[in-house]
Amino acid sequence: MTYLAKSPWIIHYDASSCNGCDIEVLAALTPVYDVERFGIVNTGNPKHADVFLVTGSVNEQNREILKNTYDQMADPKVVVAIGICAASGGIFRECYNVMGGIDKVIPVDVFVPGCAARPEAIIDGVVKALGILEAKRQAMNDRPAATRKPAGDSV
Amino acid sequence: MIPEPYEAIVKAIIYLLLAPVLGGLIAGIDRKVTARMQGRVGPPLLQPFYDVGKFFEKENLVVTTTQNFYALSYLVFMAVAGALFFSGGDMLLVIFAFTLSHIFLVLGAYAAFSPYSHIGAERELIQIIAYEPMIILTAVGMYMVTKSFYVGSIVQSTTPIILYLPGVFIGYLIVLTIKLRKSPFDLSTSHHAHQEIVKGVTTDFAGPNLGRIEIAHWYEYVFLLGVVYLFFAWNPFIAIAAIIIAYFLEILIDNTTSRVKWQMTLRSAWLVAGTLGVINLGVLYYLRMVVVP
Repeated sequence: MTYLAKSPWIIHYDASSCNGCDIEVLAALTPVYDVERFGIVNTGNPKHADVFLVTGSVNEQNREILKNTYDQMADPKVVVAIGICAASGGIFRECYNVMGGIDKVIPVDVFVPGCAARPEAIIDGVVKALGILEAKRQAMNDRPAATRKPAGDSV
Repeated sequence: MIPEPYEAIVKAIIYLLLAPVLGGLIAGIDRKVTARMQGRVGPPLLQPFYDVGKFFEKENLVVTTTQNFYALSYLVFMAVAGALFFSGGDMLLVIFAFTLSHIFLVLGAYAAFSPYSHIGAERELIQIIAYEPMIILTAVGMYMVTKSFYVGSIVQSTTPIILYLPGVFIGYLIVLTIKLRKSPFDLSTSHHAHQEIVKGVTTDFAGPNLGRIEIAHWYEYVFLLGVVYLFFAWNPFIAIAAIIIAYFLEILIDNTTSRVKWQMTLRSAWLVAGTLGVINLGVLYYLRMVVVP
Protein backbone atom coordinates (compact mmCIF):
# COMPACT_ATOMS: atom_id res chain seq x y z
CA MET A 1 0.00 0.00 0.00
CA THR A 2 1.49 3.30 -0.98
CA TYR A 3 0.35 6.81 -0.30
CA LEU A 4 3.30 8.44 -2.04
CA ALA A 5 1.71 8.29 -5.49
CA LYS A 6 -1.56 9.69 -4.12
CA SER A 7 0.02 12.75 -2.56
CA PRO A 8 3.00 13.98 -4.59
CA TRP A 9 3.90 17.48 -3.45
CA ILE A 10 5.95 19.47 -5.87
CA ILE A 11 8.53 22.22 -5.58
CA HIS A 12 9.24 24.32 -8.61
CA TYR A 13 12.59 25.97 -9.28
CA ASP A 14 13.29 28.35 -12.14
CA ALA A 15 16.98 27.82 -12.99
CA SER A 16 17.54 30.25 -15.86
CA SER A 17 14.30 29.76 -17.67
CA CYS A 18 12.77 32.45 -19.91
CA ASN A 19 9.55 32.00 -17.80
CA GLY A 20 7.79 30.24 -20.67
CA CYS A 21 7.89 26.84 -18.97
CA ASP A 22 7.22 28.38 -15.54
CA ILE A 23 3.95 29.86 -16.73
CA GLU A 24 2.96 26.43 -18.06
CA VAL A 25 3.87 24.78 -14.72
CA LEU A 26 1.66 27.24 -12.87
CA ALA A 27 -1.07 26.80 -15.50
CA ALA A 28 -1.28 23.16 -14.39
CA LEU A 29 -2.28 24.39 -10.91
CA THR A 30 -5.05 26.71 -12.11
CA PRO A 31 -8.72 25.66 -12.16
CA VAL A 32 -8.44 24.59 -15.84
CA TYR A 33 -6.11 21.66 -15.08
CA ASP A 34 -6.40 21.63 -11.24
CA VAL A 35 -3.73 19.06 -10.40
CA GLU A 36 -4.86 19.11 -6.76
CA ARG A 37 -7.44 16.57 -8.01
CA PHE A 38 -4.56 14.09 -7.88
CA GLY A 39 -3.34 15.33 -4.49
CA ILE A 40 -0.59 17.43 -6.07
CA VAL A 41 0.23 20.49 -3.98
CA ASN A 42 2.69 23.16 -5.05
CA THR A 43 4.77 23.71 -1.93
CA GLY A 44 7.54 26.26 -1.65
CA ASN A 45 9.45 24.13 0.82
CA PRO A 46 11.96 21.49 -0.38
CA LYS A 47 11.62 19.61 2.92
CA HIS A 48 7.92 19.00 2.27
CA ALA A 49 8.28 18.19 -1.44
CA ASP A 50 8.52 14.85 -3.26
CA VAL A 51 8.84 15.99 -6.87
CA PHE A 52 11.37 18.63 -7.94
CA LEU A 53 10.32 20.48 -11.11
CA VAL A 54 13.16 22.44 -12.71
CA THR A 55 12.81 24.73 -15.69
CA GLY A 56 15.63 26.36 -17.64
CA SER A 57 19.30 25.57 -18.02
CA VAL A 58 21.74 25.59 -15.15
CA ASN A 59 24.38 28.32 -14.99
CA GLU A 60 27.37 29.12 -12.81
CA GLN A 61 25.28 31.33 -10.52
CA ASN A 62 22.51 28.91 -9.63
CA ARG A 63 24.23 25.51 -9.66
CA GLU A 64 24.82 25.72 -5.89
CA ILE A 65 21.20 26.73 -5.23
CA LEU A 66 19.91 23.91 -7.40
CA LYS A 67 22.13 21.36 -5.65
CA ASN A 68 21.24 22.73 -2.20
CA THR A 69 17.48 22.61 -2.89
CA TYR A 70 17.80 19.04 -4.14
CA ASP A 71 19.84 17.98 -1.09
CA GLN A 72 17.23 19.45 1.30
CA MET A 73 14.48 17.19 -0.04
CA ALA A 74 13.69 14.08 1.97
CA ASP A 75 14.04 10.65 0.29
CA PRO A 76 12.41 9.27 -1.78
CA LYS A 77 12.42 12.11 -4.31
CA VAL A 78 12.35 12.56 -8.08
CA VAL A 79 13.50 15.32 -10.42
CA VAL A 80 11.56 16.35 -13.53
CA ALA A 81 13.41 18.56 -16.01
CA ILE A 82 10.88 20.68 -17.87
CA GLY A 83 11.52 22.10 -21.32
CA ILE A 84 14.41 21.84 -23.74
CA CYS A 85 16.65 24.23 -21.73
CA ALA A 86 16.47 21.99 -18.65
CA ALA A 87 17.26 19.00 -20.85
CA SER A 88 20.26 20.31 -22.75
CA GLY A 89 20.58 24.07 -22.33
CA GLY A 90 18.43 24.65 -25.42
CA ILE A 91 19.19 27.80 -27.38
CA PHE A 92 21.27 29.09 -24.46
CA ARG A 93 23.70 26.15 -24.45
CA GLU A 94 26.43 28.15 -26.24
CA CYS A 95 26.35 30.99 -23.69
CA TYR A 96 29.58 31.48 -21.75
CA ASN A 97 27.84 31.15 -18.35
CA VAL A 98 25.53 28.22 -19.13
CA MET A 99 26.63 24.76 -18.03
CA GLY A 100 23.92 22.95 -20.00
CA GLY A 101 21.03 20.76 -18.87
CA ILE A 102 20.33 20.37 -15.14
CA ASP A 103 21.54 16.75 -15.27
CA LYS A 104 25.02 18.29 -15.13
CA VAL A 105 24.34 19.10 -11.45
CA ILE A 106 21.60 16.78 -10.10
CA PRO A 107 20.30 13.38 -11.27
CA VAL A 108 17.21 13.79 -13.47
CA ASP A 109 14.49 11.12 -13.60
CA VAL A 110 12.15 12.48 -16.28
CA PHE A 111 12.73 14.91 -19.15
CA VAL A 112 9.68 16.76 -20.44
CA PRO A 113 10.29 18.06 -23.98
CA GLY A 114 8.96 21.28 -25.47
CA CYS A 115 9.65 24.98 -25.82
CA ALA A 116 7.64 25.84 -23.87
CA ALA A 117 6.47 22.48 -22.50
CA ARG A 118 2.68 22.23 -22.59
CA PRO A 119 0.76 21.75 -19.29
CA GLU A 120 -0.51 18.36 -20.55
CA ALA A 121 3.10 17.27 -21.17
CA ILE A 122 4.15 18.51 -17.71
CA ILE A 123 1.31 16.60 -16.00
CA ASP A 124 2.27 13.53 -18.06
CA GLY A 125 5.89 13.93 -16.96
CA VAL A 126 4.90 14.18 -13.29
CA VAL A 127 2.70 11.07 -13.61
CA LYS A 128 5.68 9.19 -15.15
CA ALA A 129 7.84 10.44 -12.27
CA LEU A 130 5.37 8.96 -9.76
CA GLY A 131 6.18 5.45 -11.04
CA ILE A 132 9.87 6.14 -10.47
CA LEU A 133 9.09 7.63 -7.03
CA GLU A 134 7.35 4.39 -6.03
CA ALA A 135 10.29 2.30 -7.29
CA LYS A 136 12.65 4.50 -5.25
CA ARG A 137 10.52 4.07 -2.14
CA GLN A 138 10.67 0.30 -2.49
CA ALA A 139 14.44 0.45 -3.04
CA MET A 140 14.71 2.60 0.11
CA ASN A 141 12.69 0.09 2.17
CA ASP A 142 14.61 -2.89 0.78
CA ARG A 143 17.92 -1.38 1.80
CA PRO A 144 19.31 -3.11 4.92
CA ALA A 145 18.53 -1.08 8.04
CA ALA A 146 22.24 -0.57 8.79
CA THR A 147 22.86 1.39 5.59
CA ARG A 148 19.83 3.62 6.03
CA LYS A 149 20.45 7.14 7.15
CA PRO A 150 19.56 7.26 10.87
CA ALA A 151 17.13 9.99 11.87
CA GLY A 152 18.88 13.13 12.98
CA ASP A 153 22.14 12.57 11.15
CA SER A 154 20.98 13.95 7.85
CA VAL A 155 20.93 17.67 7.25
CA MET B 1 -23.72 0.09 30.92
CA ILE B 2 -20.21 1.22 31.77
CA PRO B 3 -19.56 1.58 35.53
CA GLU B 4 -19.28 5.22 36.67
CA PRO B 5 -15.54 5.36 37.49
CA TYR B 6 -14.54 3.96 34.07
CA GLU B 7 -16.86 6.15 32.05
CA ALA B 8 -14.39 9.02 31.75
CA ILE B 9 -11.59 6.67 30.69
CA VAL B 10 -13.76 5.02 28.04
CA LYS B 11 -14.79 8.45 26.70
CA ALA B 12 -11.12 9.52 26.56
CA ILE B 13 -10.15 6.36 24.66
CA ILE B 14 -13.02 6.81 22.20
CA TYR B 15 -11.83 10.36 21.60
CA LEU B 16 -8.21 9.28 21.11
CA LEU B 17 -9.26 6.69 18.52
CA LEU B 18 -12.00 8.56 16.66
CA ALA B 19 -10.81 12.19 16.74
CA PRO B 20 -8.06 11.71 14.11
CA VAL B 21 -10.58 10.03 11.78
CA LEU B 22 -13.13 12.79 12.27
CA GLY B 23 -10.48 15.54 12.15
CA GLY B 24 -9.04 14.13 8.92
CA LEU B 25 -12.50 14.04 7.36
CA ILE B 26 -13.11 17.66 8.42
CA ALA B 27 -9.79 18.61 6.79
CA GLY B 28 -10.84 16.73 3.64
CA ILE B 29 -14.23 18.46 3.50
CA ASP B 30 -12.43 21.77 4.12
CA ARG B 31 -10.14 21.24 1.12
CA LYS B 32 -13.01 20.12 -1.08
CA VAL B 33 -15.22 23.10 -0.18
CA THR B 34 -12.26 25.47 -0.57
CA ALA B 35 -11.59 24.08 -4.06
CA ARG B 36 -15.25 24.50 -5.03
CA MET B 37 -15.19 28.10 -3.82
CA GLN B 38 -12.17 28.65 -6.10
CA GLY B 39 -13.91 27.04 -9.09
CA ARG B 40 -11.84 23.85 -8.93
CA VAL B 41 -12.80 20.19 -8.54
CA GLY B 42 -10.47 19.69 -5.60
CA PRO B 43 -8.75 16.65 -4.12
CA PRO B 44 -10.51 13.44 -2.99
CA LEU B 45 -12.26 13.58 0.37
CA LEU B 46 -9.65 11.26 1.93
CA GLN B 47 -6.70 13.35 0.67
CA PRO B 48 -5.53 14.42 4.18
CA PHE B 49 -5.17 10.72 5.09
CA TYR B 50 -3.15 10.06 1.93
CA ASP B 51 -0.93 13.03 2.79
CA VAL B 52 -0.25 11.83 6.33
CA GLY B 53 0.26 8.26 5.07
CA LYS B 54 2.86 9.65 2.71
CA PHE B 55 4.64 11.58 5.47
CA PHE B 56 5.25 8.31 7.28
CA GLU B 57 6.68 6.75 4.11
CA LYS B 58 9.30 9.47 3.79
CA GLU B 59 12.74 9.73 5.32
CA ASN B 60 12.77 11.36 8.77
CA LEU B 61 14.77 14.44 7.86
CA VAL B 62 15.57 16.60 10.89
CA VAL B 63 17.95 19.45 11.58
CA THR B 64 18.40 18.42 15.21
CA THR B 65 17.05 15.34 17.00
CA THR B 66 15.21 17.48 19.59
CA GLN B 67 12.71 18.23 16.80
CA ASN B 68 11.49 14.62 17.06
CA PHE B 69 10.77 15.15 20.75
CA TYR B 70 8.99 18.49 20.29
CA ALA B 71 6.82 17.24 17.40
CA LEU B 72 5.80 14.20 19.45
CA SER B 73 5.13 16.33 22.55
CA TYR B 74 2.91 18.63 20.50
CA LEU B 75 0.86 15.63 19.39
CA VAL B 76 0.74 14.02 22.85
CA PHE B 77 -0.34 17.16 24.73
CA MET B 78 -2.89 18.06 22.07
CA ALA B 79 -4.35 14.56 22.41
CA VAL B 80 -4.28 14.88 26.22
CA ALA B 81 -6.06 18.25 26.09
CA GLY B 82 -8.80 16.80 23.89
CA ALA B 83 -9.07 13.60 25.96
CA LEU B 84 -9.48 15.65 29.16
CA PHE B 85 -12.14 17.74 27.46
CA PHE B 86 -14.16 14.84 26.08
CA SER B 87 -13.91 12.84 29.31
CA GLY B 88 -15.60 15.77 31.08
CA GLY B 89 -12.50 17.19 32.76
CA ASP B 90 -11.70 20.63 34.10
CA MET B 91 -11.83 23.34 31.40
CA LEU B 92 -8.89 25.20 32.94
CA LEU B 93 -6.70 22.07 32.87
CA VAL B 94 -7.77 21.48 29.27
CA ILE B 95 -6.72 25.02 28.31
CA PHE B 96 -3.42 24.53 30.15
CA ALA B 97 -2.60 21.32 28.24
CA PHE B 98 -3.78 22.94 25.00
CA THR B 99 -1.44 25.92 25.45
CA LEU B 100 1.44 23.69 26.52
CA SER B 101 1.16 21.65 23.34
CA HIS B 102 1.52 24.84 21.27
CA ILE B 103 4.55 25.86 23.30
CA PHE B 104 6.16 22.57 22.22
CA LEU B 105 5.43 23.41 18.59
CA VAL B 106 7.08 26.83 19.05
CA LEU B 107 10.11 25.23 20.74
CA GLY B 108 10.36 22.72 17.90
CA ALA B 109 10.42 25.53 15.35
CA TYR B 110 13.02 27.43 17.38
CA ALA B 111 15.18 24.27 17.58
CA ALA B 112 15.81 24.44 13.83
CA PHE B 113 18.12 27.07 12.36
CA SER B 114 16.09 28.35 9.45
CA PRO B 115 15.06 32.03 9.68
CA TYR B 116 11.66 31.10 8.22
CA SER B 117 11.15 28.62 11.02
CA HIS B 118 12.15 31.26 13.58
CA ILE B 119 9.79 33.90 12.20
CA GLY B 120 7.06 31.26 12.16
CA ALA B 121 7.77 30.39 15.80
CA GLU B 122 7.67 34.06 16.77
CA ARG B 123 4.34 34.53 15.00
CA GLU B 124 2.96 31.37 16.61
CA LEU B 125 3.80 32.87 20.02
CA ILE B 126 2.04 36.09 19.06
CA GLN B 127 -0.98 34.06 17.98
CA ILE B 128 -1.01 32.27 21.33
CA ILE B 129 -0.89 35.63 23.11
CA ALA B 130 -3.68 36.88 20.84
CA TYR B 131 -6.19 34.05 21.32
CA GLU B 132 -5.47 33.02 24.90
CA PRO B 133 -7.53 35.76 26.71
CA MET B 134 -10.62 34.92 24.66
CA ILE B 135 -10.25 31.17 25.34
CA ILE B 136 -9.98 31.87 29.08
CA LEU B 137 -13.02 34.19 28.94
CA THR B 138 -14.94 31.39 27.24
CA ALA B 139 -14.19 29.06 30.16
CA VAL B 140 -15.03 31.78 32.70
CA GLY B 141 -18.28 32.59 30.87
CA MET B 142 -19.34 28.95 30.97
CA TYR B 143 -18.53 28.86 34.66
CA MET B 144 -20.68 31.94 35.30
CA VAL B 145 -23.65 30.34 33.55
CA THR B 146 -23.35 26.74 34.80
CA LYS B 147 -21.38 27.30 38.05
CA SER B 148 -18.85 24.66 36.99
CA PHE B 149 -15.54 24.45 35.19
CA TYR B 150 -16.10 20.75 34.53
CA VAL B 151 -17.03 19.94 30.94
CA GLY B 152 -19.09 17.00 32.23
CA SER B 153 -21.37 19.38 34.18
CA ILE B 154 -21.44 22.06 31.49
CA VAL B 155 -22.59 19.61 28.84
CA GLN B 156 -25.39 18.27 31.08
CA SER B 157 -26.66 21.75 31.87
CA THR B 158 -30.14 22.39 30.48
CA THR B 159 -29.46 26.13 30.27
CA PRO B 160 -29.08 27.39 26.68
CA ILE B 161 -25.58 28.79 27.28
CA ILE B 162 -25.53 30.62 23.94
CA LEU B 163 -28.35 32.96 25.10
CA TYR B 164 -26.25 34.06 28.08
CA LEU B 165 -22.96 34.26 26.18
CA PRO B 166 -23.65 35.62 22.66
CA GLY B 167 -20.69 38.03 22.85
CA VAL B 168 -18.34 35.35 24.12
CA PHE B 169 -19.51 33.03 21.32
CA ILE B 170 -18.77 35.61 18.59
CA GLY B 171 -15.39 36.29 20.22
CA TYR B 172 -14.68 32.55 20.27
CA LEU B 173 -15.53 32.27 16.56
CA ILE B 174 -13.03 35.02 15.80
CA VAL B 175 -10.20 33.33 17.71
CA LEU B 176 -11.28 30.06 16.06
CA THR B 177 -10.08 31.61 12.79
CA ILE B 178 -6.64 32.03 14.38
CA LYS B 179 -6.71 28.52 15.81
CA LEU B 180 -7.76 26.83 12.57
CA ARG B 181 -4.89 28.66 10.79
CA LYS B 182 -7.21 30.38 8.38
CA SER B 183 -6.88 33.69 6.57
CA PRO B 184 -6.74 36.51 7.59
CA PHE B 185 -4.88 35.14 10.65
CA ASP B 186 -2.77 32.34 9.13
CA LEU B 187 0.47 34.07 10.06
CA SER B 188 2.63 31.34 11.52
CA THR B 189 1.82 28.65 8.99
CA SER B 190 -0.86 28.27 6.37
CA HIS B 191 -2.69 25.35 4.84
CA HIS B 192 -2.52 27.17 1.54
CA ALA B 193 0.39 26.32 -0.68
CA HIS B 194 2.49 29.46 -0.65
CA GLN B 195 3.41 31.85 2.11
CA GLU B 196 5.97 34.61 2.43
CA ILE B 197 7.82 32.68 5.15
CA VAL B 198 7.80 29.39 3.19
CA LYS B 199 5.85 27.27 5.70
CA GLY B 200 6.46 29.12 8.95
CA VAL B 201 6.62 26.90 12.03
CA THR B 202 6.48 23.70 9.98
CA THR B 203 9.25 24.72 7.54
CA ASP B 204 11.89 22.50 9.12
CA PHE B 205 9.66 19.55 9.92
CA ALA B 206 9.68 16.84 7.24
CA GLY B 207 8.38 13.30 6.86
CA PRO B 208 7.01 11.57 9.98
CA ASN B 209 7.38 14.67 12.16
CA LEU B 210 5.19 16.66 9.78
CA GLY B 211 2.74 13.76 9.90
CA ARG B 212 2.60 13.97 13.70
CA ILE B 213 1.96 17.72 13.53
CA GLU B 214 -0.85 17.13 11.02
CA ILE B 215 -2.48 14.49 13.26
CA ALA B 216 -2.21 16.95 16.16
CA HIS B 217 -4.10 19.45 13.98
CA TRP B 218 -6.87 16.90 13.53
CA TYR B 219 -7.14 16.39 17.28
CA GLU B 220 -7.21 20.17 17.62
CA TYR B 221 -10.08 20.58 15.08
CA VAL B 222 -12.26 18.15 17.01
CA PHE B 223 -11.48 19.77 20.36
CA LEU B 224 -12.13 23.33 19.10
CA LEU B 225 -15.43 22.33 17.51
CA GLY B 226 -16.26 20.51 20.75
CA VAL B 227 -16.10 23.89 22.52
CA VAL B 228 -18.59 25.26 19.95
CA TYR B 229 -20.85 22.31 20.91
CA LEU B 230 -20.79 23.36 24.59
CA PHE B 231 -22.50 26.66 23.77
CA PHE B 232 -25.48 24.71 22.39
CA ALA B 233 -25.16 21.63 24.61
CA TRP B 234 -28.83 21.72 25.70
CA ASN B 235 -29.88 20.64 22.20
CA PRO B 236 -27.48 18.35 20.27
CA PHE B 237 -29.19 18.93 16.91
CA ILE B 238 -28.82 22.69 17.12
CA ALA B 239 -25.25 22.14 18.35
CA ILE B 240 -24.27 20.02 15.32
CA ALA B 241 -25.93 22.55 12.99
CA ALA B 242 -24.05 25.37 14.73
CA ILE B 243 -20.73 23.53 14.28
CA ILE B 244 -21.39 23.01 10.56
CA ILE B 245 -22.41 26.65 10.03
CA ALA B 246 -19.44 27.92 12.07
CA TYR B 247 -16.97 25.81 10.09
CA PHE B 248 -18.50 26.83 6.77
CA LEU B 249 -18.17 30.48 7.80
CA GLU B 250 -14.51 29.88 8.64
CA ILE B 251 -13.87 28.44 5.16
CA LEU B 252 -15.71 31.36 3.58
CA ILE B 253 -13.66 33.90 5.55
CA ASP B 254 -10.49 31.96 4.67
CA ASN B 255 -11.22 32.28 0.95
CA THR B 256 -12.38 35.88 0.90
CA THR B 257 -9.76 37.64 3.01
CA SER B 258 -6.03 38.21 2.68
CA ARG B 259 -3.45 37.67 5.41
CA VAL B 260 -2.99 40.56 7.86
CA LYS B 261 0.10 41.60 9.81
CA TRP B 262 0.71 40.35 13.34
CA GLN B 263 -0.15 43.74 14.89
CA MET B 264 -3.60 43.57 13.34
CA THR B 265 -4.06 39.99 14.53
CA LEU B 266 -3.16 40.87 18.09
CA ARG B 267 -5.26 44.05 18.07
CA SER B 268 -8.39 42.43 16.65
CA ALA B 269 -8.19 39.36 18.89
CA TRP B 270 -7.71 41.45 22.02
CA LEU B 271 -10.34 43.97 20.90
CA VAL B 272 -13.04 41.28 20.64
CA ALA B 273 -11.90 39.70 23.91
CA GLY B 274 -11.89 43.13 25.60
CA THR B 275 -15.23 44.32 24.25
CA LEU B 276 -17.52 41.42 23.31
CA GLY B 277 -16.06 39.05 25.91
CA VAL B 278 -15.67 41.36 28.88
CA ILE B 279 -18.92 43.31 28.30
CA ASN B 280 -20.85 40.05 27.94
CA LEU B 281 -19.42 38.75 31.22
CA GLY B 282 -19.97 42.15 32.88
CA VAL B 283 -23.64 42.22 31.90
CA LEU B 284 -24.02 38.64 33.08
CA TYR B 285 -22.42 39.48 36.42
CA TYR B 286 -24.65 42.54 36.82
CA LEU B 287 -27.83 40.55 36.07
CA ARG B 288 -26.85 37.74 38.43
CA MET B 289 -25.64 39.92 41.30
CA VAL B 290 -27.81 43.02 41.10
CA VAL B 291 -31.02 42.38 39.19
CA VAL B 292 -31.72 38.79 40.31
CA PRO B 293 -29.80 38.31 43.54
